[in-house]
Amino acid sequence: MSAVAPRPAARRRARRRRIGRLAWNVVGLAVFVVVAFPVFWMVSTAFKPDDEINSFTPTWLSTEPTLQHFRDAIARPYFWDTVKNSLIVVGAVVVLSMVVAFLAAVALAKYRFTGNKLFVVLVIGILMLPQAGLVIPLYVVLARYGLTTELMGLVLTHLVILLPFAVWTLRGFILGIPKELEEAAMVDGSSRLGAFARILLPLVAPGLVATSVFIFITSWNEYIFANVILTDQSNQTLTIWLSYFYGTSRNIDWGGLMAASTLTAIPVVIFFLLVQRKIAFGLTAGAVKA
Amino acid sequence: MTVAAETPVHRSRRRRSRLRQWTRASVPYLLILPAIAVITAILGYPLYKLVVLSFQQYGLPELIQRTGVWIGFDNYASVLRDDVFWDTLLRTVIFTVATVGLTIGLGTLIAFLLTRVSSWVRVLLTAGLVLAWSMPAVVAVQVWFWMTNLQNGILNHVLTEAGVGDFAQHDWYETSFSKLAMVSLLIVWDAIPFVTITVYAGLAQVPRELVEAAEIDGAGSLRIFRDVTYPILKPIFLILTSLSIIWDFGVFTQPYLLIGASQVDPSNYLMGVYVFIEAFGQSDFGRGAAISLLMLLIVAILSVFYVRRMVKMGDVR
Repeated sequence: MSAVAPRPAARRRARRRRIGRLAWNVVGLAVFVVVAFPVFWMVSTAFKPDDEINSFTPTWLSTEPTLQHFRDAIARPYFWDTVKNSLIVVGAVVVLSMVVAFLAAVALAKYRFTGNKLFVVLVIGILMLPQAGLVIPLYVVLARYGLTTELMGLVLTHLVILLPFAVWTLRGFILGIPKELEEAAMVDGSSRLGAFARILLPLVAPGLVATSVFIFITSWNEYIFANVILTDQSNQTLTIWLSYFYGTSRNIDWGGLMAASTLTAIPVVIFFLLVQRKIAFGLTAGAVKA
Repeated sequence: MTVAAETPVHRSRRRRSRLRQWTRASVPYLLILPAIAVITAILGYPLYKLVVLSFQQYGLPELIQRTGVWIGFDNYASVLRDDVFWDTLLRTVIFTVATVGLTIGLGTLIAFLLTRVSSWVRVLLTAGLVLAWSMPAVVAVQVWFWMTNLQNGILNHVLTEAGVGDFAQHDWYETSFSKLAMVSLLIVWDAIPFVTITVYAGLAQVPRELVEAAEIDGAGSLRIFRDVTYPILKPIFLILTSLSIIWDFGVFTQPYLLIGASQVDPSNYLMGVYVFIEAFGQSDFGRGAAISLLMLLIVAILSVFYVRRMVKMGDVR
């Protein structure tokens, strides 16, 4: 009898645990609804006809979805111009910063040299600078060389802001590669450069992709410098175009605004979903071990 | 080539090895050279310019003529004597403390929640978090603006329906406090995913045996957090907190756009907005530069800890 006694107790404990889990699941779902709702509401509004949007009793999901708002948003002045500008800026920033940052990251991860600490302090220090504090000097200097209103001015600005981030993340990815692999290649008779090209590069490729996608996203989203530097309407980026969408009118075209927001967010969301796991790793790699 | 062949073998070898040594030592410097060049040219010069500007009278006429008038410490004196500066600083500090507190607190709670739920809820919640994380700031502002507008914002509707009170036509942007509270909530929503996902990843590193041993010893979950989990997660918390402080202290896009360019005024300035308006609204770049420098200085002091920590991580092991 006494040997069987623990059983009901264990079962009771298991049941209590199951009820506990059920309660936590309910809480978890509630948090999910709160966290995801703004995104849902943006997309849902974008597909609604105007009378549903302006009604005082909201519809959660439209019964007769329409693409009209997307058509309107795209037909607005400067939409395609700004998309093109954003792509030019982002493309240039990604290519330039990846090349420059990769070289520096190799130096930091693979070599010991006098002054490397100083360089790290410089990189991290820039990473910490509040952008609002840098707008004035960058603007004044760019104005001096006639680079305001030019995409080139924005490219250079994004380059210097994103470079430290790229260096730091890539350094993390390169450090993640076992030294033995590289050494083994060198023992096999290839030079350091050969070992680098054949062993290091393929292994670090996922890191390169993740970092460049993250730079893509940040540059695409950037607001303050684009707003200050690109003052000409036809020469702005998509983010600025979106920020001017409702202007000053009292009757805001909510459907159009949400459709435009969705269009602006789509490339970012797609790329972000692809790489977020990797970037979270690169940024905090070594935090626990240190 | 022929010269090398004529010299005695050992001398040439020694010279070549010294040459090789020298090139090897210079490799890392060559590798960081482009980065240094970019930083010096695009950031170093402007930063130098910032210091110079802060000692100059530099308005629109000076911007066009490209020369400022040296006025010594006048800009600093005028800023430090200005109540707007001190009010803004205090407001920004309170704003930062509240926003960072909420972000880290809620983010950590959700991370713990993730460890308690079934795996399908965990996947769903993580997907929701990543979705919120990926929203561009400008897009997030527009969506927030739509959800909280007084005529037919969904927030007023839901609160009224849920019986919290009568929120029909409630204006969430009526007072300075409520404006900044909305900005704070927006930033918290945007920033929680990063905190949650990082803390959750850190929780995976807490040895299960330690927690189980503590449970067997009869420790409650709060006690376990304080004595087992927290000490292990401490470095992560420190990094997350200092990063959040630095980001929120200098925030610009969200307050400027959510409050609205026409509505920002000295009663709701945050530091980032203040600097921007001073320079580009009032066209006083000298004074703006002085405020910028003071702001950079404050952030520099705040981030000393973080930088030191990262430098330690930066050592080649």
